[in-house]
Amino acid sequence: MKRPAAPFLLVAAALWALAGCGIDVEGKGEVRASASPPAYGDTFVEASIGDIQGLIPNITSDGASHAVGNLIYDGLVKRDKDLTLVPSLAQSWDVSKDCLTLTFRLRKDAKWHDGWLFTADDVRFTYETMIHPKTPTAYKEDFLQVKDVEVLDPFTVRITYPKPFAQALETWGIWMLPRHQLAGYVEGGVLREAPQNRHPVGNGAYRFVEWKSGEKVVVVANPDYFEGRPYLSRIVYRIIPSQSTIFLELKAKGVDYVGSLTAIQFVRQTNYPAFRKAFHKYEYPANVYTYFGFNLKDPRFADRRVRQAFAHAINKQELIDGVILGKGREATGPYKPGTWAYNPNVARYPYNAARAKQLLAEAGWRDTDGDGIVDKAGQPFAFTILTNQGNEERKKIAEIIQQRLREIGVAAEIRTLEWASFIKEFIRKRRYEAIILGWGIGLDPDQFDVWHSSKTGPDELNHISYANPEADQMLESGRASCKREERKKYYERFQEILAEDQPIIFLYFRDALPVVASRVHGIEPSPNGIIYNFNKWYVPKERQRYTSG
Amino acid sequence: MLLYALRRLALALPLLIGITFISFFVIQLAPGGPFDFLINPDLGKIDPKIIQALQAEFGLDQPLHIQYWNWLKRIAVLDFGRSFAPDGKPVLQKIGERLPITLFLNIIEMLIILALAVPIGVLSATRQYSVFDKVTTVFVFVGFATPDFWLAVLLQILFGIQLGWLPISGLRDFNWEYLSFWKQQRDFGAHLILPITVATFGGLAGFSRYMRQSMLEVVRQEYIQTARAKGLSEQAVIGKHALRNALLPVVTILGLSLPGLIGGSVIVEWIFAIPGMGQLMVQAVFSRDYPVIMGNLVIVSTLTLVANLLADISYGLVDPRIRVGRRVRR
Repeated sequence: MKRPAAPFLLVAAALWALAGCGIDVEGKGEVRASASPPAYGDTFVEASIGDIQGLIPNITSDGASHAVGNLIYDGLVKRDKDLTLVPSLAQSWDVSKDCLTLTFRLRKDAKWHDGWLFTADDVRFTYETMIHPKTPTAYKEDFLQVKDVEVLDPFTVRITYPKPFAQALETWGIWMLPRHQLAGYVEGGVLREAPQNRHPVGNGAYRFVEWKSGEKVVVVANPDYFEGRPYLSRIVYRIIPSQSTIFLELKAKGVDYVGSLTAIQFVRQTNYPAFRKAFHKYEYPANVYTYFGFNLKDPRFADRRVRQAFAHAINKQELIDGVILGKGREATGPYKPGTWAYNPNVARYPYNAARAKQLLAEAGWRDTDGDGIVDKAGQPFAFTILTNQGNEERKKIAEIIQQRLREIGVAAEIRTLEWASFIKEFIRKRRYEAIILGWGIGLDPDQFDVWHSSKTGPDELNHISYANPEADQMLESGRASCKREERKKYYERFQEILAEDQPIIFLYFRDALPVVASRVHGIEPSPNGIIYNFNKWYVPKERQRYTSG
Repeated sequence: MLLYALRRLALALPLLIGITFISFFVIQLAPGGPFDFLINPDLGKIDPKIIQALQAEFGLDQPLHIQYWNWLKRIAVLDFGRSFAPDGKPVLQKIGERLPITLFLNIIEMLIILALAVPIGVLSATRQYSVFDKVTTVFVFVGFATPDFWLAVLLQILFGIQLGWLPISGLRDFNWEYLSFWKQQRDFGAHLILPITVATFGGLAGFSRYMRQSMLEVVRQEYIQTARAKGLSEQAVIGKHALRNALLPVVTILGLSLPGLIGGSVIVEWIFAIPGMGQLMVQAVFSRDYPVIMGNLVIVSTLTLVANLLADISYGLVDPRIRVGRRVRR
């Protein structure tokens, strides 16, 4: 199981490997000693804030569709608890010395839910689907890197790449699609209209039962699953569009699992005996960091000393304590602490208003007219921080930063904007001075698209217009190698450069704060969160709540 | 009367086209497009070319007036098209899935409102400045001033969590299929209590106020005095003579609230997780799902026009003077 992981970018952090530098998972609900033996049965109810978009996860982009998709479909590989790639539909694989060829040997006992055998031809078909020009998928780029997918025999498939592609193996965690159900629809460019999108025939641990639009999605355990039948018999996704209603349902025990509470819900609003008895709380670092971004095209922010001054003026720990009640950790770069690419030895900018002022002065910003605001050539240093509406966390960050900048004589206004117009009118058109936003990070450290100077075009992700030739070089080398030790060196240097340049101020990685009904056993918190071993979760016979299913 | 109805009908068509024309362009003013969800930075990279190709595929790269013309041509033969969402469902199917529950809820709500508002209005008018009148006046102002979402959450906490009597959200228990027939009905009924209470509360306030106002005006009329002078019982005066006349303005308001029956209440549906039309429309707007938005608008605006027409016609039925008056004028 790779839930709620879309195979790559959506997912968890990078590999954990290096001994001793694991992410410290504060399992408030450690591996609980349970006297009760695993048992089959019970219904597990999850809440989903949005309806699913469809049941072919390859062409959807929302968390709910991916979570359901992960139950119904498997990929060739999946992420284990320590984030290493382990066999799923593929039994084993070889990577050639030059990193150009990947050969998968598939399991011979994996079946589609309609009884057809899963074969190498389905792998080839999934590839064809992903690169078809009319398939609306967000993962196309990954498969356009492939030169060829050859079916050597029904259970062996060879994938070749024209140049080394570091994330190759990981991309084959993509949900496999059945050729016998979908062939005509892919060729016709009408994949969305296929019956598969409403009544899917998958190959995963759970079989699809029903999808009541806007109401619920139901799946049941697949008794023929190749890794053995999962314990929980029936999973119901209740679609509840209001966050506050979900929280009330949780308190009333109408749902068994919420993927992440807000910090205040987690720390204060669920801190009473009845709740603690009914639910177990978990916390682990999420794969998203929050940042304060500069538009580097703005001449004031093009000066590195100004950015460093801001970094000194902002107290990251204060933000973590004040905004997310301590449920997070400081970010020093775009990699999560504890992951293999993370480099802790980079320049840091402890809170120091005096040093900040000094840096500003070096850059020519001094308060010459005594109004409390620094100025240069008669222009006071005043700008606007933009962030998106509806995100209280970012709004609070903006307010705290505004105060801190005021202390060093910089006047900042705050403006919040509706998401779509924020992205379309301000981010894409580069019409901003500074922003507060978050970046989701993938499992692989390749962040070429976010930082490389060739990616500053319209609609491209390097919207801050960062360009540093050495950073470019590190990014290029890092993605062209498939050897981790080599890549680690490039990415460590890359982080040093970023820390020096401060193209954005990395604020913090927040924690994911899930809660699960306490009757569910078998949960083992890990760097990969808690959901990775979902098939092994169970409710002891005497605590099962629902006999149906 | 018939001619009048036909003429009104003929006028409605250009009006409808005008509405769709304006809506079509207004929607396009909102930034973003239906495939922007693919550029979600949390998901990572996507080549802008892929989005352009998708837009071309759905004709979104053409000038707006051509897009509108194409849409109009399809709608003329009642082809509402398919949703842009990844589920790719036909628009009519999407609306068909959502309409029954919204209609059902709103009709019940409307009946309850009428059943309560008319007597409340009549009683507080006939006993003007009595304790009953004062109490209902206070109630009405509280009703006006109470935000739906706030009341909803309070009721959810009280009945759903503190007392545990009623389900908090949804329409049915997720185990509904496994319940016996009567338990199913009971479960469904229990789920409806809170949303209907919340939806009724605000509406009740308005309607009873209209009813009171209208009744107060009518009882001052001379024909009421005449009726009383004839020695009719108070019951007959109010019930037969006054009420019928007082209902007139209420019918208008009722007619105008018909489209609301279809449109659904966004807030109630949102908070109580009811998969109705209001939710569908909001989701379509957020994801810039043009075919669904437009399909929805066409249906709702058609109904508004029809409702206006019906209100006019029922005026005629309730009050012969209107019918006659119009004929004379023509």
